Amino acid sequence: MPINYYIFLALALFCIGIIGVLTRRNAIIIFMCIELMLNAANLLLVAFSKMHVDVNQPTAGSDAQIFVFFIMVVAAAEVSVGLAIIVMLYRNIHSVDVNFLNRLKN
Amino acid sequence: MNITQVLFWFLSVLAVGSAIMVVASKNPVHSILFLIITFFAISGHYILLNAQFLAIVNIIVYAGAIMVLFLFVVMLMNLNAESEPPQRNKYLLYGGTIAGASLLLVLVAALKQTGVTGQMIQTNGGSVGLIENLGKLLFTDYVFPFEISSVLFLSAMIGAVVVSKREG
Repeated sequence: MPINYYIFLALALFCIGIIGVLTRRNAIIIFMCIELMLNAANLLLVAFSKMHVDVNQPTAGSDAQIFVFFIMVVAAAEVSVGLAIIVMLYRNIHSVDVNFLNRLKN
Repeated sequence: MNITQVLFWFLSVLAVGSAIMVVASKNPVHSILFLIITFFAISGHYILLNAQFLAIVNIIVYAGAIMVLFLFVVMLMNLNAESEPPQRNKYLLYGGTIAGASLLLVLVAALKQTGVTGQMIQTNGGSVGLIENLGKLLFTDYVFPFEISSVLFLSAMIGAVVVSKREG
């Protein structure tokens, strides 16, 4: 499988995430689109880790997969804090519309 | 066209199609369910690349933990298609779509003729993504970032509790 296909697949997912962030107004959907972009980057890292295959060095490319693992760890921590912030905002303004959040106060 | 290519195209169409539906669907619960389908398709790609550890971690962490948390928050707030804030600014809607599509076009055009073009990647083979190799590496070379990530989780947990605690 050529590497191009994976690059273009990851780019398509990333750009769909960008379109979602730019066009939607629901804060939770925007957050989910950010997760989609993170996953596109993860997919590209895994694809590149399988590109340089060396018979003498069977573990070449493991570093990329460790990086993907750490990205997942950071994403999990980010989601817990981000959703807590969204819940707090919903409690204060009774909406998840990001257009109401342009003042950041009251 | 062998079985690997068939699986690749099937998973790619599934991932991109449900990613589009995440952005397009009005109901937030449907968006979350489509995003879970996308994550399962990406896990299928990991299995196709023989990255078994990451495939399992992706299903457990993303589809299992993170998306359940999203679903929980959406159902807690009782959001549905009626309470969904509509995008009234049509220019923003079209502008955002055109901007994203242009970014895709520019990146594809730029990466079409790069040095890595045509390099094959190894599917359904290789021992890079097995738990044995990654575990050894994680507990030897990357043991310090691994421990730091536990501190990150602790601080995220405390932060989530502090932020969402009712003022009192």
